[in-house]
Amino acid sequence: MLTSRFVQTDNADRWFLGVLLLIGVVVPVLNLLVPPESLLHFSTYNVTLLGKYLTYALLAIAADLVWGYLGILSLGHSAFFALGGYAMGMYLMRQVGDRGVYGDPLLPDFMVFLNWQELPWFWYGFDMFWFALLMVMVVPGVLAYIFGYLAFKSRVSGVYLSIITQALTYALMLAFFRNEMGFGGNNGLTDFKDILGFSLREDSTRIVLFIASVVALALGYLISRYIVRSRLGLACVAIRDAESRSRFIGYRVEKIKLWVFTFSAVLAGVAGALYVPQVGIINPGEFSPLNSIELIVWVAIGGRATLYGAAIGALLVNYSKSYFTTVMPEIWLFTLGALFILVTLYLPKGIAGIRRHKAAKG
Amino acid sequence: MSMVKSLDDFRRRDRVFDFLVKKEAPQLDLSHNMILYMEGVSKSFDGFKAINNLNLYLEAGELRCIIGPNGAGKSTMMDIITGRTRPDEGEVWFGQRLNLLEMDEPAIAEAGIGRKFQKPTVFESLTVFQNLELSMTQDRGVWALLTASMSGEQRDHIEAVLTTINLCDESHALAEKLSHGQKQWLEIGMLLMQRPQLLLVDEPVAGMTHQEMDRTAELLISLAGDHTVVVVEHDMDFVRSIARTVTVLHQGSVLSEGKMEQVQNDPRVIEVYLGEG
Ligand SMILES: Nc1ncnc2c1ncn2[C@@H]1O[C@H](COP(=O)(O)OP(=O)(O)OP(=O)(O)O)[C@@H](O)[C@H]1O
Ligand SMILES: [Mg+2]
Repeated sequence: MLTSRFVQTDNADRWFLGVLLLIGVVVPVLNLLVPPESLLHFSTYNVTLLGKYLTYALLAIAADLVWGYLGILSLGHSAFFALGGYAMGMYLMRQVGDRGVYGDPLLPDFMVFLNWQELPWFWYGFDMFWFALLMVMVVPGVLAYIFGYLAFKSRVSGVYLSIITQALTYALMLAFFRNEMGFGGNNGLTDFKDILGFSLREDSTRIVLFIASVVALALGYLISRYIVRSRLGLACVAIRDAESRSRFIGYRVEKIKLWVFTFSAVLAGVAGALYVPQVGIINPGEFSPLNSIELIVWVAIGGRATLYGAAIGALLVNYSKSYFTTVMPEIWLFTLGALFILVTLYLPKGIAGIRRHKAAKG
Repeated sequence: MSMVKSLDDFRRRDRVFDFLVKKEAPQLDLSHNMILYMEGVSKSFDGFKAINNLNLYLEAGELRCIIGPNGAGKSTMMDIITGRTRPDEGEVWFGQRLNLLEMDEPAIAEAGIGRKFQKPTVFESLTVFQNLELSMTQDRGVWALLTASMSGEQRDHIEAVLTTINLCDESHALAEKLSHGQKQWLEIGMLLMQRPQLLLVDEPVAGMTHQEMDRTAELLISLAGDHTVVVVEHDMDFVRSIARTVTVLHQGSVLSEGKMEQVQNDPRVIEVYLGEG
């Protein structure tokens, strides 16, 4: 029973997963096997750019799960992404070992710079990859659980919830800016050397990270889809549409919200962990409330409550962003705003809505 | 010493620790044949007494109609029974043992009280079938819901209810596409899926055609006996067609109670309704 629902696919799933598979195979081939002179060559820069956007797509799916299906407008979801990123960043820092500028075998450069004598306790264990991976999921998960427990139990919802999620990510940003916190202050964590012993500068490492992002996105999509197709997913939609009605049927709304929110945060953490080795830095700017708002715009543009729509929105908006910010940097924000307004007015179900509209007509 | 003892307790395998025993909700106890007691219940909203020293007793299996002018407190009474609103004073018991004032909405629903709202609220973006699927009695733990699959018996139950509420053909239509009357029925169907002991039905025939009304009347009458049914309704013809006992609410308390003819001839009721009854 459990597996059959995983295997069951509809057209949209096949398209989405098919395209992902294609990207996952073709891009590495075009990068590694096609000579750089050739027009078909896909540069490592572009591989990494796409890899980074794929982690955004995973983050967007996580956000869609709570906003699209449960109606929780979290405006702090990038915080979980950033926490996952920091956990990975800490591992990468410890991988540097004594190759830092100051050559300290144990302490990362910024700690030596701050005259710290020993490694803070919360940096213990991050020299082990498995431990870092665990923390990538546990830290955002636990934070989301505690936050969700308090918020959902006292039935905070709607605008109030959105505001406190903004406050959460803002508070984290301020905290991570402080040097005393032990996360590198406003410079964050950077100057990584290698991951699992492989140099981050190598094309092959970058390709592996890229493929890992493709796989993570596909898995994240499959698990999320499994959730939304289950009866739990139906209950989520029921809560979104008529929360108090579902209580009178006997649903423990706060528990359902809590677990889906927590899962979503874990997914966001994984996305962040894949993002950091590809971009080579994580700093408190990732906690910026604006990031979380942009994330919601991706989902709105792609189309809520479809999962694949969120991923498409993330890719589309970010490619437009990279285009506009190189060509006409000053108009990017206006373009984003215009895009958002146009989509809300003419495509209330986002880009994914076009397909569903056609399907309903045809 | 006591610590050693309690440590010792932990090693024993022949008994189950208290904290491992799942707390069972006390069962509904109908030994006095009474299913609902409301006594001395009052509730004010900003000083306005919506419910004022209300007493209401329901026998198991009866079909009770509650009438009263707008704002009499009928819906508020249902809010109190289902845990949506906490009264300022008074007692509300379900059977002999369940104190409803100590329970929250999901717990009350699980205990066997189902409710149809005045304004029909169905899950608009789910299909009729899915609306019923969510409403059936089942384990509603998060994990159980995630891994749930439909059993043959559950499917049969849903199909039976679809037949009862006359929505077989619409089973895979989105609930938002239904007419107002059909939504009312779907909500009644959702109520039936919960297999409740006590059904609270707030204005079930608003927006229905005469035919639909007749079917609803039939349905409610057939439910009484096995279930206890409370119907709030403004449509007097409808009330007359199903009524056994009628309770008239006015300004938050019971104005009159009895057989339909009795109540209709009660001068106080006539005064409130200005002869409309
Ligand atoms: N949550 C609330 N806050 C403030 N006032 C309320 C609230 N709920 C109900 N009331 C008031 O309590 C009174 C009783 O309302 P209620 O909805 O119970 O009446 P009703 O008998 O169901 O009327 P109707 O026939 O119109 O449905 C009304 O005056 C209403 O305005
Ligand atoms: Mg009412």
